[in-house]
Amino acid sequence: MNLVLSSSPHLRDNASTPRIMGDVLIALAPALLASALLFGLRPLAVAAVAVAFAVGSEYLFRRLVRRSNTIGDLSAAVTGLLLALNLPPTIPLWIAALGSVVAIVIVKQFFGGIGQNFVNPALAARVVLAISFPVAMTRWDRTPGLLSAFGIGEADVVTGPTLLEQMRQGAQGEVSLLSLFLGLDKGGCIGEISVAALLLGAAWLVFRKVIPLWTPLSYLAVVGLFTLAAGRDPLVHLMSGGLVIGAFFMATDYATVPLTWKGQLLFGLGCGLITSLIRLFGGMARACPSRSCS
Amino acid sequence: MAEKRTLLPVFTNGLLRENPVLRLVLGTCPALAVTTSVENGLGMGLAATFVLLGSNIAISLLRKVIPDRVRIPAFITIIAGFVSVVQMLLKAYLPALDKALGIFIPLIVVNCIILARAEMFASKNALLPSILDALGMGAGFTAALLSMGFLREILGNGTLLGAPIPVLQAGGTVEPILIFILPPGGFFVFGLLIALSQALSKRLDRRAAARAGAAGGTKGPEDPCAACGLCQGKGGDQG
Repeated sequence: MNLVLSSSPHLRDNASTPRIMGDVLIALAPALLASALLFGLRPLAVAAVAVAFAVGSEYLFRRLVRRSNTIGDLSAAVTGLLLALNLPPTIPLWIAALGSVVAIVIVKQFFGGIGQNFVNPALAARVVLAISFPVAMTRWDRTPGLLSAFGIGEADVVTGPTLLEQMRQGAQGEVSLLSLFLGLDKGGCIGEISVAALLLGAAWLVFRKVIPLWTPLSYLAVVGLFTLAAGRDPLVHLMSGGLVIGAFFMATDYATVPLTWKGQLLFGLGCGLITSLIRLFGGMARACPSRSCS
Repeated sequence: MAEKRTLLPVFTNGLLRENPVLRLVLGTCPALAVTTSVENGLGMGLAATFVLLGSNIAISLLRKVIPDRVRIPAFITIIAGFVSVVQMLLKAYLPALDKALGIFIPLIVVNCIILARAEMFASKNALLPSILDALGMGAGFTAALLSMGFLREILGNGTLLGAPIPVLQAGGTVEPILIFILPPGGFFVFGLLIALSQALSKRLDRRAAARAGAAGGTKGPEDPCAACGLCQGKGGDQG
């Protein structure tokens, strides 16, 4: 009898790492595209540099320690892209490159490579960058995007705090829910800007059965209920900051999410609780993704 | 000549093979806390070396007087005496360094390296080997702190010995990476240096083994435990 012993999860379909990672890349494309439309070509440059350095450092490190080459599974490319989507559009390119090297070498490969990382590498790198470069990491300039020629979005560079930062400081700016949903007239990280584009990507992941929905849904529900109970507008909170990209693309990281649906539900509850507490009572307005999902 | 051959390893042991911070992982608290600059690392290393030298000398001389049962309190008292001397000297002559090192100067009293050398070496060895041991261990400690301070100050603050490095300043080609002067960066540098010293001493061991093989010796690679022999085969507990 041929007995195969392996650790859970015991997959019975044709899922393979390159297929899953390829789906995640496809799912993240709308968010990147939305960023280019709203902020111009610079987000694309940041993403290109981050992906190149993530894949390059994975290749070089594996070579250096004489392990098998793993860049073909596309996970390094996903890490690079996720990191880029969590950086401000104006970030200096060398900082994005440094972040990719930190994510791949220190957080992922030092712990054994794909599947062995104890936190999401892209998010850990984001935290390292946020601690190391507090000024560059909190500039939310809104630069003219590709749609500015049609009168959509900013025609000139606008500098200012993000909506959540304004709310933290007590001022409630005028916001329309539709522009929050589409990503107009707000500053933020490259990938978090358009909720519509993120939901489109998330729908692709659900359709391809790449992510189960327990974690994202319980995450979003807790934040919605918590902000409602605190007397804030839950819809504004749900569509601001990095909550949507955090719930669908970060909290669902295979290496850190529980295996059973009950565990995933609890994991989402915890993420939502931490995000809400930091947003309502903490010193950092954004809270998600980097503070709670990793 | 025979005397010399046995004494030299006592000194060189502390530099790499038994480097107190990087190989024995003792005294990590000051190593992580004060090494935000070259100056602080050097100051801490030299202060601890001074205390180590003093306590090793005193304990070696008193090793037949101190009753075995109360040896630890006796060692601590001797060490605390030398720490007080260092602290007063720093306050008098280097007040800026004293301020930068702060609580970590009095905390040398409980530095594991110093108590470990007292317990494992000075209380069992004559004066001259104890002095060499203190100097070797002190040099190893200072070298480890110096290299940590060097990397952390350059990367995290963009300065070297307080002088700014032009390309590494805000507005320069690249900015200083702040995390390196914060605690997590200290752990990064610490881990990298441990890995580096591990690789280095492995390479040295291989070379020594090759030499022993080439000489036709039947002994094989030199057993580091046999070379030291401090614990007399009992397997000393290093706290």
